[in-house]
Amino acid sequence: MPPAIAATEVGRRFAGRWALRGASFEVGEGHTVLVYGPNGAGKTTLLRVLASALEPTSGSVSLYGQPAISQRARIGLLSHADGHYDDLSGADNLRVASRLGRLAGDVEAALERVGLAQRAQDLVRTYSAGMRKRLAFARLLLKAPDLVLLDEPYAALDTEGQGLVDELLAELRARGATVMVSTHQVARVAPRCDGALVVENGRVSRSTVPGDGP
Amino acid sequence: MKEALQQCAAMIGKELSHLWRARARVAGTAAFALATLLLFSFAGGMNADLLRHNAAGYLWIGLLLASTLSLGESFRVETEHNALEMLLLLPVRPAAIFVGKAVGNLVVLLLVGLLMIPLCVVLFDAAPREGVGKLALTVLLGTASISAPGTMHAALASRARGRDLLLPLLLFPLVVPCVIAAVQASRACFTGDAMGELSSWLAVLVGFCVVHWSLGALLFERVVED
Repeated sequence: MPPAIAATEVGRRFAGRWALRGASFEVGEGHTVLVYGPNGAGKTTLLRVLASALEPTSGSVSLYGQPAISQRARIGLLSHADGHYDDLSGADNLRVASRLGRLAGDVEAALERVGLAQRAQDLVRTYSAGMRKRLAFARLLLKAPDLVLLDEPYAALDTEGQGLVDELLAELRARGATVMVSTHQVARVAPRCDGALVVENGRVSRSTVPGDGP
Repeated sequence: MKEALQQCAAMIGKELSHLWRARARVAGTAAFALATLLLFSFAGGMNADLLRHNAAGYLWIGLLLASTLSLGESFRVETEHNALEMLLLLPVRPAAIFVGKAVGNLVVLLLVGLLMIPLCVVLFDAAPREGVGKLALTVLLGTASISAPGTMHAALASRARGRDLLLPLLLFPLVVPCVIAAVQASRACFTGDAMGELSSWLAVLVGFCVVHWSLGALLFERVVED
């Protein structure tokens, strides 16, 4: 069975500067992998290349043995830019995504799950940063992807919201989804991970999960 | 094929629903176009014959200028929070995104164009002698001819710095043939089609639409994918 993610010498350059260079690794199906490293190291670029949102300048990415771009229906990316429409309500944003992506999930149930049921009919432009992030999680729940790429999932969330992310990570793991989490909250996420990748100066190296010893 | 059509229909539905929520955009574009007509009426002086003769040109220059506001805004909402990327990763076909955006832009320009006709009658004494129906058809085909290449180039410019400047620079040279055909067809509607040339100009607009809507659907992927 091919790995969920196989990256081979993946590099990405922006305006003459390499944000990511020579990244080669594999992630098995159903594994949860922590991605950590300092700001500007290339973590976001790595996740966006894996999600096929960015084309690699060099190297290749295959997901489940196929080119990444052909597997988009199986990918869920949660990134800094949430992809919401400010002039639509939270519920309408999800309905649009559901209709366009022919997603099977229930909009009301997803909103309830992330604690936005009371504000579902409000325009997204009235949402706080934390509420926008919760709505992005609701869209992820609707899609129920096999491969989940989370970029700073705890950012902007209150304590309750961070607890929700913990629960969602546990649920994803329980249903066998492959997850990559980029976060600075290493101690919080590490116990839930099967492995880790360190990203420094655009270079990716495999690491043991922090706290698991050498 | 059926799935592609369903995605196109869903994208059109999303655009129209978004347009309804952001009605101010349509109102702003209409106000700009109407103000342009007013300025032309002041600049044209008191010569009623000249104003009537040039009414079709004023109508289309006003619409073309207004289109840059509307087209630019239509992609600002897609790039502001990276919604375009969200659509691509859902995944929505780039051709369906193009069709949805182009139809949304067409609706805005068509509404603005139809609003401008009565003002042309009032300001330039340019009552459509060939009937309102033919003039409305000309406005429909002309705005469709602007909205398809306009959507393509608005997407192209949306990722660039200075996109507000870039869009008219890219778009205006491309739509010159369409504007000429639309002006000639509209003039025939306003002043009478004595030479029977209206159908020929409308045929030019239909050809322009077919080419640009097809090219847009085929090439949009190259514009929006990284």
